[in-house]
Amino acid sequence: MLLIPCPYCGPRSEEEFSYGNEAHVPRPKEPEKLNDAEWAEFVFIRSNVKGVFLERWVHSHGCRRWFNVARDTVSYEILAVYETGAKPPKLEMRRAV
Amino acid sequence: MMPRYSIFSLLRNALSYHEDWPEAWRSPEPKPSYEVVIVGGGGHGLATAYYLAKEHGITDVAVIERGWLGGGNTGRNTTIVRSNYLWDESAALYEFALKIWEGLSQELNYNVMFSQRGVLNLAHNQHDLRELSRRINANRLNDVDSEFLTPAQVKRMVPLIDLRAGGRYPVLGATLQRRGGTGRHDALAWGYARGADARGVDIIQECAVDGFRIQNGRVAGVETAKGFIGADKVAIAVAGHSSVMASLAGFRLPVTSVPLQALVSEPVKPAIDTVIMSNAVHAYISQSDRGEFVIGAGADKYVGYGQRGSLPVSEETLTAVCELFPCLRRMRMMRQWGGIVDICPDASPIIGKTPVDGLYINCGWGTGGFKSTPGSGWVYAHTIAKDEPHELNAPFSLDRFRTGYLINEQGAAAVAH
Repeated sequence: MLLIPCPYCGPRSEEEFSYGNEAHVPRPKEPEKLNDAEWAEFVFIRSNVKGVFLERWVHSHGCRRWFNVARDTVSYEILAVYETGAKPPKLEMRRAV
Repeated sequence: MMPRYSIFSLLRNALSYHEDWPEAWRSPEPKPSYEVVIVGGGGHGLATAYYLAKEHGITDVAVIERGWLGGGNTGRNTTIVRSNYLWDESAALYEFALKIWEGLSQELNYNVMFSQRGVLNLAHNQHDLRELSRRINANRLNDVDSEFLTPAQVKRMVPLIDLRAGGRYPVLGATLQRRGGTGRHDALAWGYARGADARGVDIIQECAVDGFRIQNGRVAGVETAKGFIGADKVAIAVAGHSSVMASLAGFRLPVTSVPLQALVSEPVKPAIDTVIMSNAVHAYISQSDRGEFVIGAGADKYVGYGQRGSLPVSEETLTAVCELFPCLRRMRMMRQWGGIVDICPDASPIIGKTPVDGLYINCGWGTGGFKSTPGSGWVYAHTIAKDEPHELNAPFSLDRFRTGYLINEQGAAAVAH
């Protein structure tokens, strides 16, 4: 069970949050120029990292604000929390196989 | 030649106190190269090896498993087998698998303990009723057996269920697939392993694959803990770790890996002789031959590779089980565990070719992989042998996310993941 440090409300149980999967997936700047493969990449394809993963969460049952989390998907350790739109902090982006 | 299991071999071995049974499969050292290397020694990988040898005469095959056979999701599911899927493509594939299940113990000479005890899906409100009626009709159009039960008929089949008016989850009806039921998960892996081994397939356990050798866009072999193993064709069947394998091979997948949880209770006398699933409240329950209630819970909502699940998920499921079966409230849960399932955006699997020549992928089974193991192995073996998909798995290509021909079975688990 995760204790997620909401940057606005402090540490709360994971039950208060909803998940937004991978962070930093940029919305296409010129959508009308994308072909089907590029749309598939944007809509469906995710890194699904085993290791340190940058992901989006929203505090649905709290301040209802979105933010980003850097979390290890093997140990579930939360390494950093930062605001939406901010650059991810410098972390060792370890990967497991 | 592999000795056949029978009542006579059982009696003969009883004379030697069952100490002289031969090993069910060998544990050879890997050869320098094979025609086909299968990555992943779960049910799907082993079934693929078996059908490559049996249906296509390809016996120069190795199955490489980093742990032990069936130690991943094959040994972690709730053993439910059914084929009452909504869409034509899925119904065809899962029904094909169910038909193989029906003769599998005989074919493998290995008791997979397939028990067609029926699978019920409960409706708790008007919307559920309509949705389930639609599914019954769709199933019947696809020659999949499916019937409607009234609350009184449900009560007759499942006396333990609480149908008093005013309950938190009133039961307004249910669907029943009588040919559905449960199988023995370990036996499925072991039976296929024994059958594949007898036909010359090398099963190599405790040997992790940590890379692919790719030359000019074509796979040449795999890098493993026991060194490089060459291969004309490589087939991935690693469930939750599919994205990891794909990234080693240089492509990306539309899957999300999450732990799916299950629990078993302490063993008690036989009390539930069928499988009961509830879509809306997310609970499903059956009783094992040992008397334990096997309870399927939900999946975590966030990406995770830890083979455990979070507490809120099991708590939610147990709350629902207690509401539906008040007499189970004082049962103690003996074990709880999680398996990493790889879920596609349309909750249907991917079985087919990859951007790398000679490299195939079978993944995305999500929460429903166990039931489909025989069918999955059969079509995957066909795809590998012919280098093109069988008509049963052609719709389940990786390319469907580009073309938009999704097979949306989000309700397919019969529970809301």
